[in-house]
Amino acid sequence: MPVPILKQRDYLIATIQAALTDDDLKKLRDALVAQVGEFRSRGVIVDVTTLDVMDSFAARTLRDLSHMSRLRGAETVIVGIQPEVAFAMVQLGLTLEGVPAALDLEEGLAYLDRKTKRKTAAK
Amino acid sequence: MADEVGLVNDEAVVPIRSDGDIVTARQEGRALASLLGFSSTEATLIATAISELARNIVLYAKRGEIVLALVEDHGRRGIVVTARDEGPGIVDVRKALMDGHSTSGGLGLGLPGVRRLMDDFEIVSQIGKGTTVTVKRWKQGAGPV
Repeated sequence: MPVPILKQRDYLIATIQAALTDDDLKKLRDALVAQVGEFRSRGVIVDVTTLDVMDSFAARTLRDLSHMSRLRGAETVIVGIQPEVAFAMVQLGLTLEGVPAALDLEEGLAYLDRKTKRKTAAK
Repeated sequence: MADEVGLVNDEAVVPIRSDGDIVTARQEGRALASLLGFSSTEATLIATAISELARNIVLYAKRGEIVLALVEDHGRRGIVVTARDEGPGIVDVRKALMDGHSTSGGLGLGLPGVRRLMDDFEIVSQIGKGTTVTVKRWKQGAGPV
């Protein structure tokens, strides 16, 4: 099932709706990286609140998305990792290293606001 | 190999042929774990382990199956997950169980991670014949302490 991507201000917001297949995740990654250019977005939020499992493939794909969009000039933040999903990730040894995470959509937006403001305010 | 997901003699067999089946297998596993009274956190751990095992089948063997069943031992109950394939087999099982080892460009966390998620872990692999990974997780506080 494809993930709908919302455009809000300078940001792209992808809300994962259900259990995603590997293929869906790869398509989401590619669509977001493409749309960062299309809409000149400065930030990407991936909301994983309803994602049932974050396994090594999902973690790797989100990490790749974060690095790829950073190379295109946009920051990515993952929001909504549930407590039990976080527990399983740690047991599995997945840390999403280098990828910022925030509690929920609101915190994610606040994070991107801070992050992108600093860029424009650079002396 | 069964063609449909079904519970036969307390056993659910999920054929694994594509990445979509990975999702089916972990959803079935979560459902069975919840049915057995595992907490939502434990069910997530079990579903995550199933996801990793099913992906190994798709990546290395192309096809195989995940068998989910109840297990009882001295009054304690648990879930047993068997991931079976007739793929190429693992050349060095010991190495595959070490963190950081992978032959498919992955994170190399698959098997050691699964081992940490579950209570019991068993692997039998034969070159050219296939691999069977059997993992169990016991219900906490259900058995003798």
